[in-house]
Amino acid sequence: MIDALWNLIGDDLPALQIAMPLLTATVCVIVRRPMLAWAVAMFNAWGAVVNASILLYRVWTRGTISYVEGGWPVPWGIELRIDLLNALVLLVVTSICAVVLVAVPRSIANEIPREKHYLFYATYLLCMTGLAGMTITGDAFNIFVFLEISSLSSYALISQGRTSRALTSAIQYLIMGTLGGTFILLGIGMLYMMTGTLNLVDMADQLALLGVNRTVLVAMACLGVGIGIKLAVFPLHTWLPNAYTYAPAVVTAFLAATATKVAYYVLVRFAFSVFRINLTLDGTHGGALLMTLGIAGMFAGSLVAIFQDNIKRMLAYSSVAQIGYMVVGLSLANEHGLTGGLVHVFNHAVTKCGLFLVLACVVLRMNSTRLSAFAGLGRRMPFTFAAFVLGGLSLIGVPLTVGFVSKWYLVLGALDAGLWPVAVLILLSSVLALIYIWRVVEVGYFTAPPEDADEVAEAPLSMLVSTWILIGGTLVFGVWTSLSAGVASAAARMLIGGVS
Amino acid sequence: MGLIELLPPGAILIIGGLLVPLLPGRLKPWAGVVLPVLGFMHLLALEKGFVQNLVVFGYELTPVRVDGLSLVFGYVFFIAAILGGIYGLGVRDNVQLVAALTYVGSAIGGVFAGDLITLFIYWELTAITSVFLVWAGRTKRAAKAGMRYLIIQVGSGVILLAGVILHFVDTGSLDFDKLIGADGLLGSASIGVLLIFVAFGIKCAFPLLHNWLQDAYPESTATGTIYLSIFTTKMAVYALARGYPGTGVLIIIGAVMTAFPIFFAVIENDLRRVLTYSLNNQLGFMVVGIGIGTELALNGTAAYAFANIIFEGLLFMAMGAVLLRTGTCLGSELGGLYKTMPWTAALCIVGAASISAFPFLSGFVTKPLILDETAAGHHVIIYLMLLFASAGVFHHSGIKIPYFAFFAHDSGKRVKEAPANMLFAMAVMAVMCIGIGIFPEVLYRVLPYQMDYHPYTTTHVITQYQLLLFSALAFVFLQKTGLYPPELRSTNIDTDWIYRKALPAVVRASVGIGHTVVDAIRVPVRALLQGISGLVYRLHGPEGVFARTWTTGSIAFWAVVVLCGYLLYFLGR
Repeated sequence: MIDALWNLIGDDLPALQIAMPLLTATVCVIVRRPMLAWAVAMFNAWGAVVNASILLYRVWTRGTISYVEGGWPVPWGIELRIDLLNALVLLVVTSICAVVLVAVPRSIANEIPREKHYLFYATYLLCMTGLAGMTITGDAFNIFVFLEISSLSSYALISQGRTSRALTSAIQYLIMGTLGGTFILLGIGMLYMMTGTLNLVDMADQLALLGVNRTVLVAMACLGVGIGIKLAVFPLHTWLPNAYTYAPAVVTAFLAATATKVAYYVLVRFAFSVFRINLTLDGTHGGALLMTLGIAGMFAGSLVAIFQDNIKRMLAYSSVAQIGYMVVGLSLANEHGLTGGLVHVFNHAVTKCGLFLVLACVVLRMNSTRLSAFAGLGRRMPFTFAAFVLGGLSLIGVPLTVGFVSKWYLVLGALDAGLWPVAVLILLSSVLALIYIWRVVEVGYFTAPPEDADEVAEAPLSMLVSTWILIGGTLVFGVWTSLSAGVASAAARMLIGGVS
Repeated sequence: MGLIELLPPGAILIIGGLLVPLLPGRLKPWAGVVLPVLGFMHLLALEKGFVQNLVVFGYELTPVRVDGLSLVFGYVFFIAAILGGIYGLGVRDNVQLVAALTYVGSAIGGVFAGDLITLFIYWELTAITSVFLVWAGRTKRAAKAGMRYLIIQVGSGVILLAGVILHFVDTGSLDFDKLIGADGLLGSASIGVLLIFVAFGIKCAFPLLHNWLQDAYPESTATGTIYLSIFTTKMAVYALARGYPGTGVLIIIGAVMTAFPIFFAVIENDLRRVLTYSLNNQLGFMVVGIGIGTELALNGTAAYAFANIIFEGLLFMAMGAVLLRTGTCLGSELGGLYKTMPWTAALCIVGAASISAFPFLSGFVTKPLILDETAAGHHVIIYLMLLFASAGVFHHSGIKIPYFAFFAHDSGKRVKEAPANMLFAMAVMAVMCIGIGIFPEVLYRVLPYQMDYHPYTTTHVITQYQLLLFSALAFVFLQKTGLYPPELRSTNIDTDWIYRKALPAVVRASVGIGHTVVDAIRVPVRALLQGISGLVYRLHGPEGVFARTWTTGSIAFWAVVVLCGYLLYFLGR
């Protein structure tokens, strides 16, 4: 049946992935009524999930899809190119968009004035357009364009937070994001200068002929720093904690699980498909610099998280640490390591999005995300808090959760590379995660709420549903790993093998 | 594959345990009895030799393997769980019930794990579930002790995982079978095998890795401590018996383990903590058996673990009942309870006599298996250490526990007898102690290896009576001299001196030396740790460099720094 459907509109599915949210964003602005705009967004978001699933299935069974925009042949025209790597990322991004969207109406009702809701949905869809575009385009300049679309809309989303700090955080992110974008554009410009093409596949072929020269290396450095800022690699992460802390709760859940993940994808794409660093930068130590930054991020992020009083901010710092894991996976540049990094994109998106949705529930009922708000929450909001515990276990990397799968591959990768100290450090930083999560669990289950505290209701059903879809996901994909680890390891094999 | 084969043993307890909070209040405690009974029936339905294989993300795993060694532990775990459930029928606390059932389920699952990954999963599950039993004490001390316990237990799991991965990279095998080489030397083992050994050792409370045991267990509730005392350490004994039979160093570790807790047990006032030292000492006997590694010795370890779970459980239960009724377990505050708790006292004495290996009780028919093999292997010093430890056991568990709780000076406490359900659970355990003592063949039949063994030989009985009677005699002397110093001191000056002065002085001196050494290490280490944590806090604390909101300029500055780093790195190549 999927094949029949494919024959009907299949050839245009890649284009729909970008065009649909772009169009529906404008529809949201036209309809203006909040619930109607939400319905339109929901329709589009879940359609995108179906679309992405079909694309992944198609790529898995029949290989890479190349879609030529406007019929201009490659390399002159713009190509949408979907292989296993970005099909997986696309599925993650669209699914997170759709699941978070279920929780949005109840959550933003408290945080954003009603008359602005339709604009929120429009911006949300624009952000999704940008992220999906960055993921599936096969054109270097297009990556920059979509990056700017997603970035500008995410600044707007973040600035909707209730406090004025949201505004300053958004502005700081804007400045940093623009700086990052500029570096990326510089890098792409230099590559264009050297190769005369913007198509990624063509560019890779030309670079292979040219060999490594100084301009290419400078382009690599510029791209590394630029993407590093968007990805929030330590020490370029400092925009992230504020942006995540002060943004509306659902926006944090959405961005934490998508924006940095797509940036990671772009880094992997340039590193392995374009520069083929595992082949050109002799052997295993090509990523020494990235590895250092990744490990530093793992520890700096986790240690700061331990001392945080605001749990939303704690999770933001935890994200910095988790990005460190992914970067370490990439820098190992072997099959297991890269699999670990890629599968962590999937796993961390599911886990962290679930956890931030838990915080959305908490902030809705308790009006605070400080540790004191969690006192006795295990009894007051049992379902919400149970979700936090499970998500936390996954962050620690307890077996039967997705976190374990990621760490398993990362440790194997480190051992494959003969870097057992790195494996030890990965396990050590898991202990740090245990500390910052368990601090909250202890307060939730073993501290009584203040005497004069009001009764609180459990979070609304719509928010619980999306939270538990994701938290359930951490358990399901912790055991059934064909989709996440299966695709990720196939993608890693493809990238390491230098085939695109 | 039917449902029976599909479920791992223990799964019923874990799944059922998680559903307990949904039950109405009065039925909740019954889940603690019904679920283990169902689980036991499930285990009995599995045939010996059954193996379940499963491929999970590309690795062939064996979630269930039923063989002789795992069955002994499985049986006794279920029996103990059922009796623990009956003992805890008065408990309606969700935290305790869920934690106890999931904890028992994970320990049982661990015993039937056929590969190292499954073992690791259950290993961590026991850590995470059991800590809630410690926390269920609901005191500040329990909270802190629980946190320390959790970190050590999870740490053991992390070390296990590291070992498993290294072992896997080395050999490509995840099977959980004998890990140590044929020579039984740890020195020639790979790092992975060493790490797994350390992980097992932590849970088995090897000397110097044992502190969590005495630290955390007495902080739990009356019922919680029963569960804790049974499962974690015996699971570790099982794991050692599976992976490291015949590892020579275990003989020495075990012997040290039997001896050193005795000194602490003698000077400890909290009777439940005395029992944790006693538990530590009992584990030592099992570890020696594993170290010897012959079929008879391994049988001895399994049999002793079986018997120990019953009589040690009985002692913990008796102390739990005392705690429940009087609110304390401090030896100095108790005494004279036999007047109002005669049944508890009587049952406690049966347990105490069993642990001291009186003939016709379970300790007597199981311990000689290990002792005989020690003698047969010509480990003379070890054999003497074990004899000394046996005498010590008799003193601190056999006499001290019942004596201080139920007799000694009358504390004036007139509390009620223990509740009927507790008495019933204890009575069943006492009957089992006697039953095994009289009909040892029943237990011998379920042991992993075939054997033809007769515990009631003249030598055994006489040796044991000598040991027991002379220990008892010594104790009586001590007590008498304590009670009537003027008369007896003059008649028995040297004996008196040995027991009253020399031994305590040796204890005090060795403890004193220990403290000095520990202090000498502790002071600089603490200073170093404080320095490090201070530094970490200054950098990462709420006002630290890494936690502060940076100015936009400084972020841009770092971007430039990283760019320069990249350029230098790339161009410098």
